[in-house]
Amino acid sequence: MKFYGYKRSDGKIGVRNHVLILPASVCASDAARMISSQVKGTVTFNNQNGCSQVPSDQQYTMDMMAGYAANPNIYGTVVVSLGCENCQMDLVVNEIIKRTNKPIKTLIIQEEGGTIKTVEKGIRYAMELVQEATLLQKETFPISELIIGTECGGSDPTSGLAANPLVGELSDKIVKMGGTSILSETTEFIGAEHILAKRAKNEKVKERIYEIIDRYEKSLESVGEKVRAGNPSPGNKAGGITTLEEKSLGCIHKGGTSIIQDVIDYAKPVEEKGLVIMDTPGNDPSSIAGMIAGGAQIILFTSGRGTPTGNPIAPVIKITGNRITYENMKDNIDVDASHVIYGPESLEELGEKLLKEVIEVASGKLVKAEILGFIETSVMRICNYA
Amino acid sequence: MIKALSINSIDNVIIAIEPITKGEIIKYKDKKNNIRDLKVLEDIIIYHKIAISDIKRNEVVIKYGEHIGKAIIDIKKGTHVHIHNTISEKN
Repeated sequence: MKFYGYKRSDGKIGVRNHVLILPASVCASDAARMISSQVKGTVTFNNQNGCSQVPSDQQYTMDMMAGYAANPNIYGTVVVSLGCENCQMDLVVNEIIKRTNKPIKTLIIQEEGGTIKTVEKGIRYAMELVQEATLLQKETFPISELIIGTECGGSDPTSGLAANPLVGELSDKIVKMGGTSILSETTEFIGAEHILAKRAKNEKVKERIYEIIDRYEKSLESVGEKVRAGNPSPGNKAGGITTLEEKSLGCIHKGGTSIIQDVIDYAKPVEEKGLVIMDTPGNDPSSIAGMIAGGAQIILFTSGRGTPTGNPIAPVIKITGNRITYENMKDNIDVDASHVIYGPESLEELGEKLLKEVIEVASGKLVKAEILGFIETSVMRICNYA
Repeated sequence: MIKALSINSIDNVIIAIEPITKGEIIKYKDKKNNIRDLKVLEDIIIYHKIAISDIKRNEVVIKYGEHIGKAIIDIKKGTHVHIHNTISEKN
């Protein structure tokens, strides 16, 4: 089984061929948007951070930015910064070149002489990169080149009953074919950590699973909050989820049954093959951003209640196990997984169908979030701005 | 028509996969595809949980073969299991 992708100069394989206009901080986000809106073939997003952050939060932002630029779906990047922000241009560029040798252009608004000059030059840089990118021809690559990120949001009991087991089935298939699957959302391991720990490759990975949960809870406790307070959410409860344990047990199904090979910190590069865990928050756009920064080319997102979430860099395939939600939110949801509950197909048959869908999307089929232009990005954070 | 599913053989709750009306005797399917009957004592919203045995106060509620919380009052077989009678053990 193969997909059509783009080979990058760093050897990685992309499933999209975008040029990224990367705002290094909130103060450069509008200029980046203006450049991107003029040049077809580019993507951008609203970076709400990049300045006035404590060092650990700033590192998350730096890792997200470097990971976005290095993501295999990106041909090359135009970095736009204001000039005085904490995420200084040289720091951002250094983080990017640690991860990849793909083309980078830079623009500092305060040095260019304002936004009009920056936008003009940025458009020219972007045009150049887009033309180079379009010279690339697609080639076929094995599934072992794929990294999928799995996410759930707006969960209801059908998530644990249908959509997550289906994504778990797919995850196991990708892993068996030599690919990589990322299980995310540390907050949603609470109450199910013992099950994940049993599947760890070794003692070190097992300890890391407990460690990321403990660290997450402690970081919230340090500001006087409890992770359990927001979980399950009002929407989860209305759908029929009673406790955090119930939500977590449903949530971890999307990682299938494979051995857990590694636990990766937020937005750091995914280097192991097989099933890995990334330490991300339950907040969907920030969790997705972390996995894409880690190198995921495609996200599989299950939702009981239905959500429009997309991402500028990678296609987000949305799946619901709730037939009412599918009917209600058809414009935003790609796959109806309610057949896992109601039949006639078996989970195995539906897993094959979902794999076919993933290969089609990898080979260029646009998902609904891409067609409708959903590009939200947020970043994991620990505390208030400094 | 099957109106509920049992996920694991040791579970003491099942999941409604259709809306259920008070007093109905429903058919539900267990993991081995055996069909069983249950008299449901209240209206149940689709995808919510129903007790298939009496669960006493402080006893655990089991779904996916795992603890998902404990009963804060006695829960009768055939009634709705949710936030009004079950809380997290992790609090």
